[in-house]
Amino acid sequence: MAVQLRRILWGLAEVIEVVPETPRTKSLLLEVPEWEGHEAGQHGDVRLTAQDGYQTQRSYSIASAPEDERLMLAVDRLDDGEVSIYLTDVLMTGDKLELRGPIGGYFAWEEGEGGPLFLVGAGSGIAPLMAMIRHRGAAGSDVPTRLLYSSRSYEEIIFREELETLASRDGALEVIHTLTRSRPEGWSGYDRRIDAEMLGEVGWSPEESPLVFVCGPTSFVEGAADALVRLGHDPARVKTERFGPTGG
Amino acid sequence: MDELRLDGNAAAGTLGEVFSFEVTTAHYACENCGRADRIGAAMVYEVRDLGTIVRCPSCDNALIRLAHNRGRYWIDLRGIRYLQVEDVAE
Repeated sequence: MAVQLRRILWGLAEVIEVVPETPRTKSLLLEVPEWEGHEAGQHGDVRLTAQDGYQTQRSYSIASAPEDERLMLAVDRLDDGEVSIYLTDVLMTGDKLELRGPIGGYFAWEEGEGGPLFLVGAGSGIAPLMAMIRHRGAAGSDVPTRLLYSSRSYEEIIFREELETLASRDGALEVIHTLTRSRPEGWSGYDRRIDAEMLGEVGWSPEESPLVFVCGPTSFVEGAADALVRLGHDPARVKTERFGPTGG
Repeated sequence: MDELRLDGNAAAGTLGEVFSFEVTTAHYACENCGRADRIGAAMVYEVRDLGTIVRCPSCDNALIRLAHNRGRYWIDLRGIRYLQVEDVAE
């Protein structure tokens, strides 16, 4: 008999690169000594300590695949976010960051679990879904996968180019965007918030019993998850990750 | 008070400070309504710098309450009938 024992301990990560993804979002590429590896969908906690000893911490989803060399966290800059402002405005290459993880085995996907996979995200909720898409690619998996991704505007689509590239050379990966606030001229895609109708049009039918992962701000996730269950999806196959009221 | 409603998996880091096994994939049954599910599918309310409450998504009963104060953890498990953890040796 044995229970898998594992303490989640704080360690020091080194910032290798800070990559601007959109006007509001940056990716942190980290080197983490003795990182034990993660599953796509897991998150890490970042802890900041002020000079007077005040500590605060936030969770960020891991956007890199387990196979990637560097750990990637995607961070949204929140105007009142004491942690996110530091991470997006102040942090530089070579800085050290207190990090613990990987955390959470529930909202995670490993290619052996199969699919089809229906990924539904809003804003920086793309991060753990991106880890799954990258993991799927790195593992050479052909699990049929659809991503339905809601952004405010074209400029705010995180990982836009990489998603385009991946989808263009992989017939089993489809990426469907919706833009909720502004659209570029000639935009022919969805132009509203994700609703039941859109989930029904884009997603796999309940009869195909897809594995569904929904990630984003709390209100978005609750709306999408409720709609999916009303469409007939098995609640046990709809996994959610709420970011909180503001997202990020 | 900055209270955040999140998923059970959001509490994995905090719960990991006191439990040395992965809590979010463990199964539970709610003491109040009997709902059986995994902790990762429950609701988590985090009150920043105070503590974490894991609630039943069916009846809102507090399943697990965890607080950290003056160098001590307080863990209240009255809301669950059991926690079922996978035996990895089998």
